[in-house]
Amino acid sequence: MSALEVAVATAAAGLRRSRRRRHARRTTVLALLTAGVAVLATSALMLGEFRLSAGQVAGALVGADDPPAHFVVVDLRLPRLLLGILVGAAFGLAGALFQSVLRNPLASPDVIGISQGASAGAVAALLLGGLTGAAVSGAALAGGALVGLLLYAVAWRGGMAGHRFVLAGIGVAYVCTSVVGYLLTRSEVQQAQVALLWMTGSLAQADWSTVQLLAATLAVLVPVVALLARGLGLLLLGDDLAAGLGLRPELVRAGVLATGIALACAATAAAGPVAFVAFVAAPVARRLLGDGRLALVESALMGVVMVVGADVVAQHLLPADLSVPAGVVTGAVGGPYLIWLMATGGRRTT
Amino acid sequence: MAALVILGVLALALLASLMWGARDIAVGQVWAALVDPVAGDHDHLVVRDLRVPRTLIGLVAGAALGAAGALMQGVTRNPIADPGLLGINSGASLAVLAAISGLGVTSVSGYVWFAFAGAAVAALVVYGAAALGWEGVTPVKLALIGAAFTATATSIITVVLLTDRQTLDDYRFWQVGSLANRPLTVLAGVLPFVVVGLLLALASGRVLNALALGDDVARGLGQDVTRGRLLVVAAVVLLCGSAVSMVGPIAFVGLAVPHLARALVGPDYRWIVVLSMLLGPVLLLVADIAGRLVARPGEVEAGLVVAVIGAPVLIAIVRRSRGIAA
Repeated sequence: MSALEVAVATAAAGLRRSRRRRHARRTTVLALLTAGVAVLATSALMLGEFRLSAGQVAGALVGADDPPAHFVVVDLRLPRLLLGILVGAAFGLAGALFQSVLRNPLASPDVIGISQGASAGAVAALLLGGLTGAAVSGAALAGGALVGLLLYAVAWRGGMAGHRFVLAGIGVAYVCTSVVGYLLTRSEVQQAQVALLWMTGSLAQADWSTVQLLAATLAVLVPVVALLARGLGLLLLGDDLAAGLGLRPELVRAGVLATGIALACAATAAAGPVAFVAFVAAPVARRLLGDGRLALVESALMGVVMVVGADVVAQHLLPADLSVPAGVVTGAVGGPYLIWLMATGGRRTT
Repeated sequence: MAALVILGVLALALLASLMWGARDIAVGQVWAALVDPVAGDHDHLVVRDLRVPRTLIGLVAGAALGAAGALMQGVTRNPIADPGLLGINSGASLAVLAAISGLGVTSVSGYVWFAFAGAAVAALVVYGAAALGWEGVTPVKLALIGAAFTATATSIITVVLLTDRQTLDDYRFWQVGSLANRPLTVLAGVLPFVVVGLLLALASGRVLNALALGDDVARGLGQDVTRGRLLVVAAVVLLCGSAVSMVGPIAFVGLAVPHLARALVGPDYRWIVVLSMLLGPVLLLVADIAGRLVARPGEVEAGLVVAVIGAPVLIAIVRRSRGIAA
């Protein structure tokens, strides 16, 4: 065997080894995240004033004859859990899409105006219109969607350049924040507190109709994400290379942004802008994987872990009379966790 | 050239800020109030006791915010960085909240030192955390850790506000940001910090130009990257800490103004910093004046108006640009 052949063989073996290692790490991370979701989901169904065993929960889910357990699990706890799962997945995905397509680790729905638009809509509905319930969600959806459309209108100029979109978005975010600030300072302080609660994000208002609506929306959007994922992966190589591979970068980017906006709007309308989930899910997921890939599935799972975990902590670990909304816990725990990851981590991943 | 024009605009904004408000005062009267005040004259009283303080505070806070924004965008190499990013605004907000809720402080001049201390502590924590770990301080780490700190602080603030209605009632007015009803002693207290911060900012243009090329190239050009970055962050802390303690957390000025400066003078940070210092007060004062005029005899806080006026300008600049050299 010549020296060249030996070198090639060694290199190939090294590549195979590192690919295997990456693959193993990916599998481990996926398994751990899934296990985390399962544990959190089970405890969310078990814990509460009316404490149930795992067996009772399973029985209630498959329809065993235990009316009180059935009522507590299926009517009270399950919608809240499912809403948490859907909202978490939607925020996690939306954040991952925005950050990778805009190539800016700061770009997430809570930074580029979608959350602020939804908040302005909801706060206006609460404080000006005196509305409640589904009408507030509708107003939030309208606000977020309006911001999304506005961003398209101003950032589209023969295509969608990332920096234009982000900057226009953050400008719009400030305008929406000003609107919210105006409304908060011109209202009764009790009303302001209600609005503040909505803007924190909470799962307390979960019911089956909200869950069904959000589930139907995600059933449409998630396949779209799956379709776009390949193109998005190619975009990470750079526009020129992606175009060379037969892709139209501007179209893919516009599609990914539209999907991200829709995901963020739907989730925000259902639960309010749960703080920090969309921002942090993707960086943490990528950090766990450590191979610089898209990590869409992992980001979604990370979002679920954050939202459901935050809700479990808020409901059962903190004093009940505080009745802290989940959105407080996501920020209070997610923030330090990201700082810790950054301060202790080795390589850069974002 | 651009700097001279903006200087002229700034002079006009200062004059307008003295003249217009709930009651309009003619130029002659303003002049008389400044050089030869008549005791008991109502117009003179308005100019000297209300309009001069808020105009000076707008001037100083605007310059601080504009310069701080330019420094932040340079040091993090991120065009959407703003003075709020290092956690400075949220640190200041948290400290003010503690002052309101824990100590019962309710006057703006009472908030000043809490805001300043909170801002400084926040920046130390964020920079310290970013300096730990394998690579030391990188732009991405600064930005992410700053955002994470902000999220944490915001959560704590939210918990307090949701449970303590009295605190919410005071805090919500501080939090929108305003130039009104600040005595000149507030300005006098933080002025030394602003001056040092502005001097540091003027000195760091060259560092930022080198950093804009990337850490490796900057090192290759003989720049001490770590020391340069520390210098810039120190300036940001002094400037933002002073601004937020005077006028509340108004971050938009720092976001938008550097982009306008960049559109006018190109990518040289030595000029961007200077121009941002001049454009910052223009934007802040125009917002304050507009806020006084739209709701006479009441007024809308400058912190609320500034984004409404500034965002269309920012978006127009962004639409015209081909790429952002940040």
